[in-house]
Amino acid sequence: MTVAVEIAGVGLHPFGRFAEKSVTALGVAAVRAALREAGSGPQGFQAAYCGTVYSGVAAGHKVLSALGATGMPIVNVEAGCASGGAALGLGVEAIRSGRCDTVLVFGIEKMPRGIIRSSFFEPWREAAGLAVTPAYFALRAQRLMRDSDVTAEQLAYVSVKNHRNGVHNPYAMFRKEFSLDAVLGSPIVCPPLRLYMLCSPNEGAAAVVLRRVAGERPRRVFVRAAALRSHLPGNVLGEHTPMSGLTDDSMPAPSELAARAAYEEAGVAPEDLDLAEVQDTDSARELLSCEELGLCAKGEAGRMIAERRTDMGGPRPVNPSGGLLSKGEPLGASALGQIVELYWQLRGDAGPRQVPGAKVALGHTVGRGANASVVILSL
Amino acid sequence: MERVPVSEGLFELNDAGEGHLIGARCGACGRWHFPASADCPYCAGEQCQARPLSTQGTLCLFTTVTNRPPGYEGEVPFGFGVIELAEGLRVITRLSATDAERLRFGMPMRLEFVRLHVDGDGREVVTYSFAPAEASR
Repeated sequence: MTVAVEIAGVGLHPFGRFAEKSVTALGVAAVRAALREAGSGPQGFQAAYCGTVYSGVAAGHKVLSALGATGMPIVNVEAGCASGGAALGLGVEAIRSGRCDTVLVFGIEKMPRGIIRSSFFEPWREAAGLAVTPAYFALRAQRLMRDSDVTAEQLAYVSVKNHRNGVHNPYAMFRKEFSLDAVLGSPIVCPPLRLYMLCSPNEGAAAVVLRRVAGERPRRVFVRAAALRSHLPGNVLGEHTPMSGLTDDSMPAPSELAARAAYEEAGVAPEDLDLAEVQDTDSARELLSCEELGLCAKGEAGRMIAERRTDMGGPRPVNPSGGLLSKGEPLGASALGQIVELYWQLRGDAGPRQVPGAKVALGHTVGRGANASVVILSL
Repeated sequence: MERVPVSEGLFELNDAGEGHLIGARCGACGRWHFPASADCPYCAGEQCQARPLSTQGTLCLFTTVTNRPPGYEGEVPFGFGVIELAEGLRVITRLSATDAERLRFGMPMRLEFVRLHVDGDGREVVTYSFAPAEASR
Protein backbone atom coordinates (compact mmCIF):
# COMPACT_ATOMS: atom_id res chain seq x y z
CA MET A 1 0.00 0.00 0.00
CA THR A 2 1.21 3.48 -0.83
CA VAL A 3 2.37 5.53 2.13
CA ALA A 4 0.23 8.66 2.48
CA VAL A 5 2.15 11.94 2.86
CA GLU A 6 0.74 15.05 4.49
CA ILE A 7 1.88 18.62 4.92
CA ALA A 8 2.49 19.06 8.64
CA GLY A 9 3.50 22.70 8.61
CA VAL A 10 4.37 25.60 6.32
CA GLY A 11 6.33 28.83 6.47
CA LEU A 12 6.63 31.75 4.07
CA HIS A 13 8.89 34.77 4.03
CA PRO A 14 7.21 37.53 1.98
CA PHE A 15 8.38 37.85 -1.63
CA GLY A 16 9.93 41.23 -2.40
CA ARG A 17 13.23 43.09 -2.06
CA PHE A 18 15.05 42.92 1.28
CA ALA A 19 18.42 44.62 0.89
CA GLU A 20 19.22 44.28 4.59
CA LYS A 21 18.62 40.51 4.76
CA SER A 22 20.82 37.64 3.55
CA VAL A 23 19.31 34.74 1.64
CA THR A 24 20.15 32.64 4.70
CA ALA A 25 18.04 34.92 6.91
CA LEU A 26 15.09 34.64 4.51
CA GLY A 27 15.37 30.85 4.69
CA VAL A 28 15.65 30.81 8.48
CA ALA A 29 12.38 32.75 8.81
CA ALA A 30 10.45 30.36 6.55
CA VAL A 31 11.95 27.17 8.00
CA ARG A 32 11.38 28.33 11.58
CA ALA A 33 7.68 28.96 10.88
CA ALA A 34 7.20 25.59 9.17
CA LEU A 35 8.91 23.64 11.96
CA ARG A 36 6.87 25.54 14.55
CA GLU A 37 3.55 24.64 12.93
CA ALA A 38 4.65 21.02 12.52
CA GLY A 39 5.65 20.87 16.18
CA SER A 40 9.06 19.77 15.02
CA GLY A 41 12.40 20.62 16.65
CA PRO A 42 15.64 21.21 14.75
CA GLN A 43 16.34 17.46 14.84
CA GLY A 44 12.76 16.49 14.09
CA PHE A 45 13.27 15.49 10.45
CA GLN A 46 15.46 12.88 8.76
CA ALA A 47 16.23 14.65 5.49
CA ALA A 48 16.12 18.15 4.05
CA TYR A 49 15.87 19.35 0.44
CA CYS A 50 16.53 22.98 -0.47
CA GLY A 51 15.50 24.43 -3.84
CA THR A 52 17.60 27.34 -5.05
CA VAL A 53 19.25 28.56 -8.24
CA TYR A 54 21.32 31.66 -7.46
CA SER A 55 22.31 31.10 -3.80
CA GLY A 56 25.70 29.46 -4.34
CA VAL A 57 27.48 26.66 -2.55
CA ALA A 58 25.71 24.73 0.24
CA ALA A 59 22.97 27.36 0.52
CA GLY A 60 20.52 25.04 2.28
CA HIS A 61 23.21 23.90 4.70
CA LYS A 62 23.81 27.50 5.72
CA VAL A 63 20.13 27.99 6.58
CA LEU A 64 19.95 24.82 8.66
CA SER A 65 23.32 25.48 10.31
CA ALA A 66 21.86 28.71 11.67
CA LEU A 67 19.16 26.66 13.41
CA GLY A 68 21.24 23.73 14.68
CA ALA A 69 19.22 21.59 12.30
CA THR A 70 22.04 19.56 10.76
CA GLY A 71 23.40 16.03 10.80
CA MET A 72 20.75 14.60 8.49
CA PRO A 73 21.27 14.55 4.70
CA ILE A 74 20.76 18.02 3.23
CA VAL A 75 20.48 18.20 -0.55
CA ASN A 76 20.44 21.41 -2.56
CA VAL A 77 18.26 21.12 -5.64
CA GLU A 78 18.50 23.26 -8.78
CA ALA A 79 15.71 22.82 -11.30
CA GLY A 80 15.18 26.40 -12.51
CA CYS A 81 11.72 27.80 -11.81
CA ALA A 82 10.64 24.31 -10.72
CA SER A 83 13.39 23.92 -8.08
CA GLY A 84 10.93 23.88 -5.17
CA GLY A 85 8.69 21.37 -6.92
CA ALA A 86 11.68 19.13 -7.59
CA ALA A 87 12.71 19.37 -3.93
CA LEU A 88 9.15 18.53 -2.84
CA GLY A 89 9.10 15.46 -5.09
CA LEU A 90 12.34 14.20 -3.53
CA GLY A 91 10.88 14.73 -0.06
CA VAL A 92 7.71 12.83 -0.91
CA GLU A 93 9.76 9.94 -2.30
CA ALA A 94 11.93 9.82 0.84
CA ILE A 95 8.79 9.28 2.93
CA ARG A 96 7.04 6.91 0.53
CA SER A 97 10.16 4.73 0.42
CA GLY A 98 9.93 4.26 4.18
CA ARG A 99 13.35 5.85 4.69
CA CYS A 100 11.97 8.93 6.48
CA ASP A 101 8.95 9.82 8.59
CA THR A 102 9.43 13.57 8.41
CA VAL A 103 11.20 15.66 5.75
CA LEU A 104 11.87 19.39 5.53
CA VAL A 105 11.57 20.95 2.07
CA PHE A 106 12.36 24.61 1.54
CA GLY A 107 13.26 27.09 -1.18
CA ILE A 108 15.28 30.30 -0.96
CA GLU A 109 16.34 33.00 -3.41
CA LYS A 110 17.71 36.48 -3.87
CA MET A 111 17.47 37.23 -7.58
CA PRO A 112 19.59 39.76 -9.47
CA ARG A 113 17.57 42.71 -10.82
CA GLY A 114 16.27 43.08 -14.35
CA ILE A 115 16.38 40.52 -17.16
CA ILE A 116 17.64 37.33 -15.57
CA ARG A 117 21.26 36.65 -16.51
CA SER A 118 21.86 32.94 -16.57
CA SER A 119 25.06 30.90 -16.73
CA PHE A 120 22.93 28.64 -18.92
CA PHE A 121 23.83 30.81 -21.92
CA GLU A 122 27.30 30.77 -23.42
CA PRO A 123 28.84 34.30 -23.61
CA TRP A 124 28.60 34.34 -27.41
CA ARG A 125 24.85 33.75 -27.23
CA GLU A 126 24.55 36.80 -25.02
CA ALA A 127 26.75 38.78 -27.45
CA ALA A 128 24.59 37.70 -30.39
CA GLY A 129 21.37 38.81 -28.66
CA LEU A 130 20.09 35.23 -28.48
CA ALA A 131 19.95 35.00 -24.67
CA VAL A 132 16.89 37.15 -24.08
CA THR A 133 14.46 35.29 -21.82
CA PRO A 134 11.44 37.62 -22.35
CA ALA A 135 11.87 37.27 -26.12
CA TYR A 136 11.32 33.54 -25.82
CA PHE A 137 8.27 34.32 -23.66
CA ALA A 138 7.05 36.65 -26.41
CA LEU A 139 7.34 33.99 -29.13
CA ARG A 140 5.24 31.60 -27.04
CA ALA A 141 2.76 34.42 -26.43
CA GLN A 142 2.51 35.16 -30.15
CA ARG A 143 1.96 31.47 -30.91
CA LEU A 144 -0.79 31.29 -28.25
CA MET A 145 -2.53 34.39 -29.65
CA ARG A 146 -2.46 32.82 -33.11
CA ASP A 147 -3.53 29.30 -32.11
CA SER A 148 -6.01 30.06 -29.32
CA ASP A 149 -7.58 33.32 -30.55
CA VAL A 150 -6.23 35.28 -27.60
CA THR A 151 -6.39 39.07 -27.94
CA ALA A 152 -4.03 41.68 -26.50
CA GLU A 153 -6.87 42.76 -24.18
CA GLN A 154 -7.19 39.20 -22.87
CA LEU A 155 -3.45 38.99 -22.24
CA ALA A 156 -3.71 42.24 -20.31
CA TYR A 157 -6.73 40.97 -18.41
CA VAL A 158 -4.69 38.09 -16.93
CA SER A 159 -2.46 40.70 -15.34
CA VAL A 160 -5.47 42.73 -14.17
CA LYS A 161 -7.01 39.62 -12.59
CA ASN A 162 -3.84 38.50 -10.82
CA HIS A 163 -3.06 41.97 -9.47
CA ARG A 164 -6.64 42.24 -8.22
CA ASN A 165 -6.13 38.97 -6.33
CA GLY A 166 -2.69 40.01 -5.10
CA VAL A 167 -4.09 43.05 -3.28
CA HIS A 168 -5.27 40.60 -0.61
CA ASN A 169 -1.95 38.77 -0.25
CA PRO A 170 0.31 40.17 2.48
CA TYR A 171 3.19 38.04 1.14
CA ALA A 172 3.06 39.60 -2.36
CA MET A 173 5.50 42.22 -3.66
CA PHE A 174 2.92 44.26 -5.60
CA ARG A 175 -0.40 44.79 -3.79
CA LYS A 176 -2.01 47.20 -6.17
CA GLU A 177 -4.74 46.93 -8.79
CA PHE A 178 -3.95 47.79 -12.39
CA SER A 179 -6.58 48.82 -14.94
CA LEU A 180 -6.73 47.22 -18.37
CA ASP A 181 -5.67 50.56 -19.85
CA ALA A 182 -2.69 50.77 -17.50
CA VAL A 183 -1.47 47.31 -18.54
CA LEU A 184 -2.07 48.01 -22.26
CA GLY A 185 -0.37 51.38 -21.88
CA SER A 186 2.74 50.06 -20.11
CA PRO A 187 5.98 50.01 -22.13
CA ILE A 188 6.51 47.29 -24.73
CA VAL A 189 9.25 44.86 -23.66
CA CYS A 190 9.01 42.28 -26.46
CA PRO A 191 5.76 42.46 -28.42
CA PRO A 192 3.11 41.33 -27.64
CA LEU A 193 4.37 41.47 -24.03
CA ARG A 194 4.33 44.74 -22.12
CA LEU A 195 6.01 45.56 -18.82
CA TYR A 196 2.94 44.95 -16.64
CA MET A 197 2.42 41.57 -18.29
CA LEU A 198 5.77 40.31 -16.97
CA CYS A 199 6.63 39.17 -13.47
CA SER A 200 9.54 40.62 -11.57
CA PRO A 201 12.43 38.49 -10.31
CA ASN A 202 12.83 39.08 -6.56
CA GLU A 203 13.63 37.52 -3.16
CA GLY A 204 11.84 35.24 -0.76
CA ALA A 205 11.68 31.87 0.97
CA ALA A 206 9.11 29.14 1.56
CA ALA A 207 9.20 25.95 3.63
CA VAL A 208 7.06 22.86 4.00
CA VAL A 209 7.33 20.01 6.52
CA LEU A 210 6.21 16.69 5.02
CA ARG A 211 5.18 13.81 7.25
CA ARG A 212 4.05 10.23 6.88
CA VAL A 213 0.38 10.20 7.81
CA ALA A 214 -0.32 8.77 11.27
CA GLY A 215 -3.14 9.32 13.75
CA GLU A 216 -5.95 11.83 13.42
CA ARG A 217 -5.68 15.45 12.36
CA PRO A 218 -8.51 17.73 11.30
CA ARG A 219 -8.36 19.30 7.80
CA ARG A 220 -5.32 17.21 6.91
CA VAL A 221 -3.73 18.20 3.57
CA PHE A 222 -2.36 15.29 1.56
CA VAL A 223 0.32 15.50 -1.12
CA ARG A 224 -1.27 13.38 -3.81
CA ALA A 225 1.36 13.86 -6.50
CA ALA A 226 4.61 15.73 -7.14
CA ALA A 227 5.76 15.15 -10.71
CA LEU A 228 8.77 16.64 -12.46
CA ARG A 229 9.50 16.39 -16.17
CA SER A 230 11.93 17.93 -18.67
CA HIS A 231 11.61 18.73 -22.39
CA LEU A 232 11.44 16.22 -25.21
CA PRO A 233 14.29 16.40 -27.73
CA GLY A 234 13.65 18.82 -30.60
CA ASN A 235 10.97 21.00 -28.95
CA VAL A 236 11.98 24.39 -30.34
CA LEU A 237 9.94 26.58 -27.98
CA GLY A 238 10.50 24.40 -24.92
CA GLU A 239 11.67 26.25 -21.84
CA HIS A 240 15.17 24.82 -22.37
CA THR A 241 15.66 27.76 -24.79
CA PRO A 242 17.39 25.76 -27.55
CA MET A 243 18.90 27.27 -30.71
CA SER A 244 16.94 24.99 -32.99
CA GLY A 245 14.34 22.24 -33.00
CA LEU A 246 12.26 20.02 -35.21
CA THR A 247 9.26 20.93 -37.37
CA ASP A 248 6.80 19.08 -35.17
CA ASP A 249 3.81 20.82 -33.61
CA SER A 250 2.48 17.68 -31.93
CA MET A 251 5.30 17.40 -29.42
CA PRO A 252 3.99 17.66 -25.83
CA ALA A 253 5.54 20.43 -23.72
CA PRO A 254 7.31 19.67 -20.39
CA SER A 255 4.26 20.90 -18.45
CA GLU A 256 1.98 18.52 -20.34
CA LEU A 257 4.27 15.62 -19.50
CA ALA A 258 4.38 16.59 -15.82
CA ALA A 259 0.61 17.13 -15.69
CA ARG A 260 -0.15 13.72 -17.17
CA ALA A 261 2.17 12.06 -14.66
CA ALA A 262 0.71 14.00 -11.73
CA TYR A 263 -2.94 13.33 -12.63
CA GLU A 264 -2.16 9.64 -12.94
CA GLU A 265 -0.20 9.56 -9.68
CA ALA A 266 -3.01 11.36 -7.83
CA GLY A 267 -5.92 9.60 -9.51
CA VAL A 268 -7.35 13.05 -10.17
CA ALA A 269 -8.69 14.64 -13.38
CA PRO A 270 -8.47 18.34 -14.24
CA GLU A 271 -12.25 18.62 -13.70
CA ASP A 272 -11.74 17.62 -10.04
CA LEU A 273 -9.61 20.69 -9.27
CA ASP A 274 -11.15 23.53 -7.25
CA LEU A 275 -8.27 25.94 -7.86
CA ALA A 276 -4.76 26.14 -9.26
CA GLU A 277 -1.63 28.19 -8.79
CA VAL A 278 0.15 28.15 -12.15
CA GLN A 279 3.29 29.63 -13.68
CA ASP A 280 2.52 33.19 -14.79
CA THR A 281 5.99 34.59 -15.43
CA ASP A 282 4.14 36.46 -18.14
CA SER A 283 0.41 36.78 -18.68
CA ALA A 284 0.45 34.55 -21.79
CA ARG A 285 2.27 31.90 -19.79
CA GLU A 286 -0.72 31.60 -17.42
CA LEU A 287 -3.06 30.93 -20.35
CA LEU A 288 -0.64 28.49 -21.95
CA SER A 289 -0.23 26.76 -18.57
CA CYS A 290 -4.01 26.36 -18.33
CA GLU A 291 -4.07 24.65 -21.72
CA GLU A 292 -1.07 22.47 -20.92
CA LEU A 293 -2.56 21.43 -17.58
CA GLY A 294 -5.95 20.60 -19.12
CA LEU A 295 -7.75 23.38 -17.20
CA CYS A 296 -9.24 24.24 -20.58
CA ALA A 297 -9.07 22.52 -23.96
CA LYS A 298 -6.26 23.24 -26.41
CA GLY A 299 -7.04 26.39 -28.34
CA GLU A 300 -9.63 27.46 -25.77
CA ALA A 301 -7.59 29.78 -23.57
CA GLY A 302 -9.05 32.89 -25.20
CA ARG A 303 -12.59 31.76 -24.53
CA MET A 304 -11.71 30.67 -20.99
CA ILE A 305 -10.41 34.10 -20.05
CA ALA A 306 -13.22 35.89 -21.94
CA GLU A 307 -15.76 33.96 -19.88
CA ARG A 308 -13.86 34.83 -16.69
CA ARG A 309 -13.70 31.16 -15.73
CA THR A 310 -10.44 31.63 -13.80
CA ASP A 311 -11.54 34.69 -11.80
CA MET A 312 -12.18 34.53 -8.07
CA GLY A 313 -15.84 33.50 -7.90
CA GLY A 314 -15.55 31.66 -11.22
CA PRO A 315 -15.80 27.89 -11.54
CA ARG A 316 -12.06 27.33 -11.03
CA PRO A 317 -9.96 30.27 -9.87
CA VAL A 318 -6.37 30.40 -11.12
CA ASN A 319 -3.71 32.18 -9.07
CA PRO A 320 -5.87 33.42 -6.17
CA SER A 321 -2.58 34.40 -4.48
CA GLY A 322 -2.05 36.99 -7.23
CA GLY A 323 0.41 34.69 -8.98
CA LEU A 324 4.00 35.52 -9.74
CA LEU A 325 2.77 38.70 -11.46
CA SER A 326 1.84 40.02 -7.99
CA LYS A 327 4.25 38.10 -5.79
CA GLY A 328 7.35 38.31 -7.99
CA GLU A 329 9.50 35.29 -8.70
CA PRO A 330 12.26 34.13 -6.36
CA LEU A 331 13.14 31.04 -8.45
CA GLY A 332 13.98 28.56 -5.70
CA ALA A 333 11.07 29.65 -3.49
CA SER A 334 8.28 30.23 -6.01
CA ALA A 335 7.03 26.64 -6.38
CA LEU A 336 6.90 26.08 -2.61
CA GLY A 337 5.26 29.49 -2.22
CA GLN A 338 2.41 28.05 -4.30
CA ILE A 339 2.28 24.97 -2.05
CA VAL A 340 2.03 27.13 1.07
CA GLU A 341 -0.83 29.11 -0.53
CA LEU A 342 -2.66 25.96 -1.57
CA TYR A 343 -2.23 24.45 1.91
CA TRP A 344 -3.87 27.55 3.41
CA GLN A 345 -6.63 27.40 0.79
CA LEU A 346 -7.42 23.74 1.49
CA ARG A 347 -7.43 24.34 5.24
CA GLY A 348 -9.74 27.32 4.85
CA ASP A 349 -7.09 29.70 6.19
CA ALA A 350 -6.64 31.93 3.12
CA GLY A 351 -8.67 34.83 4.51
CA PRO A 352 -9.90 37.29 1.85
CA ARG A 353 -8.30 35.10 -0.87
CA GLN A 354 -10.23 32.01 0.18
CA VAL A 355 -11.78 29.84 -2.54
CA PRO A 356 -14.85 28.53 -0.69
CA GLY A 357 -14.97 24.79 -0.12
CA ALA A 358 -11.67 24.03 -1.88
CA LYS A 359 -10.80 20.33 -1.63
CA VAL A 360 -8.40 19.59 -4.50
CA ALA A 361 -5.70 21.98 -5.75
CA LEU A 362 -2.84 22.03 -8.22
CA GLY A 363 0.48 23.89 -8.23
CA HIS A 364 2.53 24.30 -11.42
CA THR A 365 5.91 25.78 -12.27
CA VAL A 366 7.98 25.55 -15.44
CA GLY A 367 11.23 27.08 -16.58
CA ARG A 368 14.85 26.74 -17.52
CA GLY A 369 16.23 23.28 -17.94
CA ALA A 370 13.59 22.63 -19.08
CA ASN A 371 11.93 21.68 -15.81
CA ALA A 372 8.20 21.44 -15.23
CA SER A 373 6.69 20.53 -11.89
CA VAL A 374 3.06 19.69 -11.13
CA VAL A 375 1.96 19.11 -7.53
CA ILE A 376 -1.54 18.00 -6.53
CA LEU A 377 -2.82 18.48 -2.98
CA SER A 378 -6.16 17.46 -1.49
CA LEU A 379 -8.01 17.33 1.78
CA MET B 1 37.93 46.13 -41.09
CA GLU B 2 38.65 42.52 -40.16
CA ARG B 3 35.52 40.47 -39.50
CA VAL B 4 35.21 37.66 -36.98
CA PRO B 5 32.25 35.37 -36.30
CA VAL B 6 30.59 35.71 -32.89
CA SER B 7 31.42 32.03 -32.42
CA GLU B 8 33.41 29.56 -34.52
CA GLY B 9 31.54 26.76 -36.25
CA LEU B 10 28.12 28.42 -36.51
CA PHE B 11 28.42 29.57 -40.12
CA GLU B 12 30.75 30.01 -43.08
CA LEU B 13 31.05 33.47 -44.55
CA ASN B 14 33.21 34.59 -47.51
CA ASP B 15 34.70 38.01 -48.22
CA ALA B 16 31.76 38.89 -50.47
CA GLY B 17 29.47 38.58 -47.46
CA GLU B 18 27.86 35.35 -48.70
CA GLY B 19 27.60 32.31 -46.54
CA HIS B 20 25.48 29.68 -44.85
CA LEU B 21 24.74 28.24 -41.45
CA ILE B 22 26.42 24.94 -40.62
CA GLY B 23 23.97 22.31 -39.45
CA ALA B 24 24.43 18.58 -39.16
CA ARG B 25 22.45 15.56 -40.28
CA CYS B 26 22.38 12.37 -38.24
CA GLY B 27 23.50 9.25 -40.12
CA ALA B 28 21.27 7.10 -37.89
CA CYS B 29 17.91 8.95 -37.71
CA GLY B 30 18.35 11.31 -40.64
CA ARG B 31 17.27 14.39 -38.71
CA TRP B 32 19.01 17.77 -38.78
CA HIS B 33 20.20 19.95 -35.93
CA PHE B 34 21.94 23.31 -35.46
CA PRO B 35 24.59 24.23 -34.33
CA ALA B 36 26.43 21.19 -35.65
CA SER B 37 27.59 18.51 -33.26
CA ALA B 38 28.94 15.01 -33.86
CA ASP B 39 26.35 13.74 -31.35
CA CYS B 40 22.72 13.63 -32.42
CA PRO B 41 20.55 15.57 -29.92
CA TYR B 42 17.51 13.45 -30.86
CA CYS B 43 18.76 9.84 -30.92
CA ALA B 44 22.33 9.94 -29.48
CA GLY B 45 23.68 8.82 -32.86
CA GLU B 46 27.43 9.41 -33.14
CA GLN B 47 27.72 9.95 -36.87
CA CYS B 48 26.31 13.36 -37.61
CA GLN B 49 27.77 15.05 -40.68
CA ALA B 50 28.19 18.80 -40.77
CA ARG B 51 26.48 20.28 -43.86
CA PRO B 52 25.38 23.71 -45.09
CA LEU B 53 21.79 24.60 -44.21
CA SER B 54 19.34 26.27 -46.59
CA THR B 55 19.80 30.02 -46.80
CA GLN B 56 16.07 30.51 -47.43
CA GLY B 57 13.24 29.70 -45.06
CA THR B 58 9.84 30.83 -43.85
CA LEU B 59 8.95 32.91 -40.83
CA CYS B 60 7.19 31.02 -38.00
CA LEU B 61 7.15 33.49 -35.10
CA PHE B 62 8.65 36.92 -34.43
CA THR B 63 9.10 39.60 -31.81
CA THR B 64 11.37 42.57 -31.11
CA VAL B 65 13.94 43.01 -28.36
CA THR B 66 13.62 46.61 -27.18
CA ASN B 67 15.90 46.70 -24.12
CA ARG B 68 19.60 45.84 -24.20
CA PRO B 69 19.96 42.37 -22.64
CA PRO B 70 22.87 41.45 -20.36
CA GLY B 71 26.12 40.61 -22.18
CA TYR B 72 24.97 42.26 -25.43
CA GLU B 73 26.87 45.23 -26.88
CA GLY B 74 25.00 45.68 -30.16
CA GLU B 75 22.18 47.99 -31.10
CA VAL B 76 18.57 47.76 -29.96
CA PRO B 77 15.88 47.25 -31.04
CA PHE B 78 16.48 44.09 -33.01
CA GLY B 79 14.17 41.37 -34.26
CA PHE B 80 14.03 37.86 -32.85
CA GLY B 81 12.12 34.85 -34.10
CA VAL B 82 11.89 31.34 -35.46
CA ILE B 83 12.62 30.41 -39.09
CA GLU B 84 11.57 27.10 -40.60
CA LEU B 85 14.00 25.50 -43.05
CA ALA B 86 13.36 22.83 -45.68
CA GLU B 87 15.53 20.42 -43.66
CA GLY B 88 12.66 20.03 -41.17
CA LEU B 89 14.48 22.30 -38.77
CA ARG B 90 13.33 25.42 -36.94
CA VAL B 91 16.09 27.86 -36.06
CA ILE B 92 15.99 30.52 -33.34
CA THR B 93 17.52 33.63 -34.85
CA ARG B 94 17.84 37.38 -34.92
CA LEU B 95 15.65 39.05 -37.52
CA SER B 96 16.88 42.04 -39.47
CA ALA B 97 13.42 43.61 -39.60
CA THR B 98 12.28 45.15 -36.32
CA ASP B 99 9.09 46.62 -37.74
CA ALA B 100 6.47 43.97 -36.99
CA GLU B 101 4.17 45.57 -39.61
CA ARG B 102 6.49 44.24 -42.32
CA LEU B 103 6.44 40.68 -40.98
CA ARG B 104 3.78 38.01 -41.37
CA PHE B 105 3.49 34.33 -40.58
CA GLY B 106 4.94 32.13 -43.31
CA MET B 107 6.66 34.89 -45.29
CA PRO B 108 9.85 33.93 -47.18
CA MET B 109 13.05 34.90 -45.39
CA ARG B 110 16.71 34.77 -46.37
CA LEU B 111 19.91 34.44 -44.40
CA GLU B 112 22.20 37.41 -44.00
CA PHE B 113 25.05 38.43 -41.77
CA VAL B 114 25.02 41.47 -39.52
CA ARG B 115 27.52 43.39 -37.42
CA LEU B 116 27.07 43.13 -33.65
CA HIS B 117 29.86 45.33 -32.31
CA VAL B 118 33.58 46.07 -32.68
CA ASP B 119 35.71 44.03 -30.29
CA GLY B 120 38.71 45.13 -28.22
CA ASP B 121 41.08 44.31 -31.13
CA GLY B 122 39.18 46.56 -33.53
CA ARG B 123 37.53 43.67 -35.34
CA GLU B 124 33.92 43.62 -36.50
CA VAL B 125 32.03 40.82 -34.72
CA VAL B 126 29.32 39.37 -36.99
CA THR B 127 26.46 36.95 -36.55
CA TYR B 128 23.65 35.43 -38.60
CA SER B 129 20.23 36.94 -39.07
CA PHE B 130 17.22 36.47 -41.33
CA ALA B 131 15.55 39.22 -43.38
CA PRO B 132 12.40 39.28 -45.56
CA ALA B 133 13.46 37.66 -48.84
CA GLU B 134 11.99 40.33 -51.13
CA ALA B 135 13.60 43.25 -49.32
CA SER B 136 16.88 43.45 -51.25
CA ARG B 137 16.00 41.58 -54.41
